[in-house]
Amino acid sequence: MTTSELVEVLLLQGGRNTTLVVMGTTLLGVAAGLVGVFGLLRRRSLMADTLSHAALPGIAGAFLVISAFGMPRSLGVLLLGATVAGVLGVLAVQGLTRYTRLREDAAMGIVLSVFFGVGIVMLSVIQNRPGAGQAGLKSFIYGQTAAMSPTDAVSIGVVAVFCLIATLLLQKEFVAVCFQDEHARSLGWPVGVLDLAMMALVVVVTVVGLQSVGVILIVAMLIIPPAAARLWTDRVSAMLWISALIGGMSGYTGACVSALFPRKPAGSVIVLCAGALFLLSLLLAPRRGVLGELLRRIAGRVRMATDHALESLYEREIGVDASPPRRGVLLERLMALRGLVVLGPSGPGLTEKGRERGARLRRNHLLWEQYLISHADVAPSHVDWSVDQVEHVLSEDLVSQLERALASRGVSPPTPAEGGR
Amino acid sequence: MTDKDPQSSAPAAAPAPKRLRPPQSVLDARPEHSAQSPLSVHAMTVAYRRKPVLWDVDLDVEPRTLTAIIGPNGAGKSTFIKACLNLVPRATGDVEFWGMPFRKARSRVGYMPQRETVDWDFPVTALDVACMGRYRKIGWCRPVSRSHRDAAMACLDRVGMADYADRQISQLSGGQQQRVFLARALAQEAELYFMDEPFAGVDASTERAIVRVLRDLRERGSTVICVHHDLQTVEAYFDNAVLINMRIVASGPVSEVFTPDNLHRTYGGRLTLLDQASEAVARASRGRG
Repeated sequence: MTTSELVEVLLLQGGRNTTLVVMGTTLLGVAAGLVGVFGLLRRRSLMADTLSHAALPGIAGAFLVISAFGMPRSLGVLLLGATVAGVLGVLAVQGLTRYTRLREDAAMGIVLSVFFGVGIVMLSVIQNRPGAGQAGLKSFIYGQTAAMSPTDAVSIGVVAVFCLIATLLLQKEFVAVCFQDEHARSLGWPVGVLDLAMMALVVVVTVVGLQSVGVILIVAMLIIPPAAARLWTDRVSAMLWISALIGGMSGYTGACVSALFPRKPAGSVIVLCAGALFLLSLLLAPRRGVLGELLRRIAGRVRMATDHALESLYEREIGVDASPPRRGVLLERLMALRGLVVLGPSGPGLTEKGRERGARLRRNHLLWEQYLISHADVAPSHVDWSVDQVEHVLSEDLVSQLERALASRGVSPPTPAEGGR
Repeated sequence: MTDKDPQSSAPAAAPAPKRLRPPQSVLDARPEHSAQSPLSVHAMTVAYRRKPVLWDVDLDVEPRTLTAIIGPNGAGKSTFIKACLNLVPRATGDVEFWGMPFRKARSRVGYMPQRETVDWDFPVTALDVACMGRYRKIGWCRPVSRSHRDAAMACLDRVGMADYADRQISQLSGGQQQRVFLARALAQEAELYFMDEPFAGVDASTERAIVRVLRDLRERGSTVICVHHDLQTVEAYFDNAVLINMRIVASGPVSEVFTPDNLHRTYGGRLTLLDQASEAVARASRGRG
């Protein structure tokens, strides 16, 4: 592979067929990303897994029927078989949970593995038949974008547009059902029908995606993009777009890579791309990401340490605390940078701003201390520990409430300059 | 072909009751369904897996009242509400709203489920949840319009949550979440409300806010039925009470219904206040033995 080949493929100029495959897979990612959001929110993500695994015997069965009648192999018939078997699998799960005491997870595990096992056995039967050949049936297990014909790509495109329209139109209804089906039912929404509609979308996406991603991994396209999107936003509408974007990106890069390495199973390449995007989201998402959380924690620590240092500096200034200061060079530098202290040879000294802040902190501290003693019956000797935690989070609003509460008990609020420790 | 027609139409003409109905004598002995009454329940029995949960419940709710449904855990309080709203199947009995079946009265009935039944990490804001109360009015496939959003916002304001409209719901306290639920119910603009434990696990200011809203609803002519667990506040908050433990023990104005005898019959051995004395006696006798 040369760089120019890579660029050609990425810019959709790697020949008409490659272009179609890349576009088809991208659209598949978009559709799966959209549809998967509601699966995730309804907590039915794994249902798609059952569905896709259960589709395998359907594909094999359809192939056997075709060859028995001597018809030419057609993708449409294979996918019809996949749909029938997949829906049967889902119905089997629902039957098991309703009529036995099995829980859904166990029922899914049973149905998924049994159907898949049947499918594998049937495939081996097909393989052993003279002359028939597997005719690319293996591609349904691991996925192979190269097997995608222009017609397939177009049908994926149609499905993607259909999913887009359906989610846009029914977003409100789907959200109501996913959020609280009981309430939705009390409002008169046909919850069963809406559930069925969501399921139908999943079926459609799964079936058209079987060939390029494969029965084992297609579920990843329905789970990973929405899960990653959830990290970036707290709104369903935004989640839909982000999920579609992540799904599309994984489909696009996955298809490009597998166009360059035709022998690599495309399904795993696409899923790995989605996984990489998920990992990035997990790290970088502003509010729910790992890095953001880490930064917030560090900032919190620094703020607390700064508060303690300012308070104790202030207390030493007004002479209620004579103990030697705890020094931390880094923290002092940081405080100096923010104009709270000036660094002198004998240690940091408060600036006007720092003094003001220190006084306020000390006042909050005393307020909370008094409140605990007078209202919460905390023994004075035990007060200090909990005060140190709370004083940093007291808002202006809370402080004035504390003042009122204390005043109503006849306790005069403390002034920062008085002693008390 | 022609001789088949009367046969096929015969079963439809014959009275073929799908549901088990109570004997006619029982129905006759009971008051007529009233078109005035927001809710009248007749001979309702509900069973889960063949085990009866509610047995032969009869109830007529007066309009413009606040009614508390009281009873021990597992007495069937939530089930009563859900059975009225067709959320769980009834084995027998009729439920009518202003003399109509639920299907026809649906737009006039609001439901506020228990707070625990929801995944609070769901990616919606407080305003989004309040808007859900208006989804039915908005209708199929249409986005939430400006006017509906404003109406939902006004409901958030009524429960004191307007400042939190853009918060994702997991960032609200338990009491605030409950108020958002209440706002969603208000947004339905119903005339009859079913509320399942609205006061469960809320802070004092939320409790005050909810009581204020309930009274306001009554002023505006609505009727509210609440599952309530706090016996201390029943008299202060509600006009009527229904004591329930699988069957209705007593129902009527709180002052008449709320007697130690009725409470004891409702709670059996589970009402601590009443049982403290007998427990002490039992302990003493065990100690002697």
